[in-house]
Amino acid sequence: MAVRPAAIAVPAGARPSTGAWTVLARFVRKKPLGAAGGALMLLMVITALFAELLQTQDPIATNAAYTLGRPNLEHLLGTDHLGRDIYSRIVHGARVSLVVGVASTLLGSVLGGIIGLLSGYVGGKTDLVTQRILDILQGLPLLVLALVMSAALGPSVQNVVIAISIPIIPRAARVIRSSVLSIREMQYVEAARSLGVQHLRIAFRHILPNTIGPFIVLCTAQLGSAILVEATLSYLGLGVPEPYPSWGRMLSVSAAEYAQKAPHLVLFPGIAISLAVFASNLLGDALRDTLDPRLRGS
Amino acid sequence: MKTYVLQRLVIALLTLLGMSVVIFVLLRLAPGDIVDILFATAGYISPSEKQALMKELGIDRPYVIQYLDWLRQVVTGDLGKSYRYDLPAWEVIRPLVPVTLELAALSMVFAVLIGVPAGVVSAVRQDTTLDYLLRVFSLAGLSMPAFWLGMVIILGLVSWFAWIPPLTYVSPTKDLKLHLIQFLLPALAVGYRSSALIMRITRSSLLEVMREDYIRTAWAKGQTGRIVIWRHALKNALLPVVTVIGIEFAFLIGGLVVTETVFNLPGVARFLVQAILWRDYPVVQNLVMFTAIVVILSNLIVDMLYGVLDPRVRYGG
Repeated sequence: MAVRPAAIAVPAGARPSTGAWTVLARFVRKKPLGAAGGALMLLMVITALFAELLQTQDPIATNAAYTLGRPNLEHLLGTDHLGRDIYSRIVHGARVSLVVGVASTLLGSVLGGIIGLLSGYVGGKTDLVTQRILDILQGLPLLVLALVMSAALGPSVQNVVIAISIPIIPRAARVIRSSVLSIREMQYVEAARSLGVQHLRIAFRHILPNTIGPFIVLCTAQLGSAILVEATLSYLGLGVPEPYPSWGRMLSVSAAEYAQKAPHLVLFPGIAISLAVFASNLLGDALRDTLDPRLRGS
Repeated sequence: MKTYVLQRLVIALLTLLGMSVVIFVLLRLAPGDIVDILFATAGYISPSEKQALMKELGIDRPYVIQYLDWLRQVVTGDLGKSYRYDLPAWEVIRPLVPVTLELAALSMVFAVLIGVPAGVVSAVRQDTTLDYLLRVFSLAGLSMPAFWLGMVIILGLVSWFAWIPPLTYVSPTKDLKLHLIQFLLPALAVGYRSSALIMRITRSSLLEVMREDYIRTAWAKGQTGRIVIWRHALKNALLPVVTVIGIEFAFLIGGLVVTETVFNLPGVARFLVQAILWRDYPVVQNLVMFTAIVVILSNLIVDMLYGVLDPRVRYGG
């Protein structure tokens, strides 16, 4: 019986395994802080998804008999000035924060990414003009631009998303453009071109997939600041409107007024915001180190 | 050098011109004009009054004319008229400018005082527990909303020292000590946040410089660590740090917006928020333009500083 020759023996461990779990395990070992951030983000996603199951009270039900209540078994984190349960509001606030944060980050990054891709691929004068226009958008502080935009558009979830996404566009465009510039010069792109593949197809099918690394890094990095801007806008009364419980609005005027009587009113929503942003920053940093070797160590 | 400065100034002017178009278009794209909003808040609409108000504000004219007129205002330094006070906006803003400038300067001082040493220590002790702690500390600063940090500071003062910071602005001529205390806390809140980026850049830039040959030479000739790090390495590592400080300035303005609100300081940034809430658009438009000018100027100054810090940088050519 002919014995099939064994495959060329590869000693176990000589080649890095690319299984998802192995990659994940390596990430946890190499980047413990980033993994911790990832775990926190996962917790936030779960909280947002199952807010109805995790709540202990109706987040918008008021209770005149127990306003500014201290934390107890019934109200884990106390109640606010209208007697609403803070724990349940924070649980639901995770949904608002995450939806607005992810939606605005994706919207801004995708729009900016496309602009960056085309601008970098076409090059020349188009690129120059696009870059100058982006310079203009980037010349304004992110918060100021978002503030003016959200005020002009009026308060609604949708408008807050748009207002936050616009300042992200130039940042995204710049990141994607710079990686397109180097990919454009690669031989396989030249090969595609010599085969007569159309420009748009080269840009979207051949170049775009290779910018996915920087794109993921960009999105995680922007997610934190998007959540922060949402909180700030809501705090100033220009963000997500009632009845959605938003972490930022929980901290607004009412909280400042009652801060002395009920410090938990100020502490808990702020901790929620900080943890969410902290987690996405940790994860973003670790991903940047892993996926974007040019920035390693910085 | 002279041609370079001229070149930069021309580019800066073009950028500002573009920015004015962007701001103008963005505010016009928004549904409803100022008059609609004013009347909506008043609760009734009388067509003739509406027409009169539109005429008074000049928004019944074509957009191009409106834009050119606004540009003329900006060039002549006219910040428009505040609806709220029925006064030229500049008269309302002028007393607020020193407050914001003082707060911005103090915050920047805190940011550099925290950021640069933390970055140096973190780089020198790379990958030790101390390095990790400092990095987490700075990332935490970046993650906390500036307004919340301000609230927590006030809360801490109230509950631990039973001391409430003055709720109204104290002028330095009246009570210098109280004035300083009033400014130091918000400046600390904003500065801590801004220090994060400064620390990271200091760390990575110093790490890079520490690998250079001339640093090894300095060690080899028996120089003490302090001199090698502070005199030899840091000097060359500071260039990117200066850029970041310039960029930070733009961030800082964002941070001031909420911090002035929380600490109830009568500054320009708080006024911007109020103007937005009152739908005082001409003032908003002009203040945003003003911010843009400040940001672009600070970037320009940073670029000029390069030459001073690093003689290898030659302008123009």
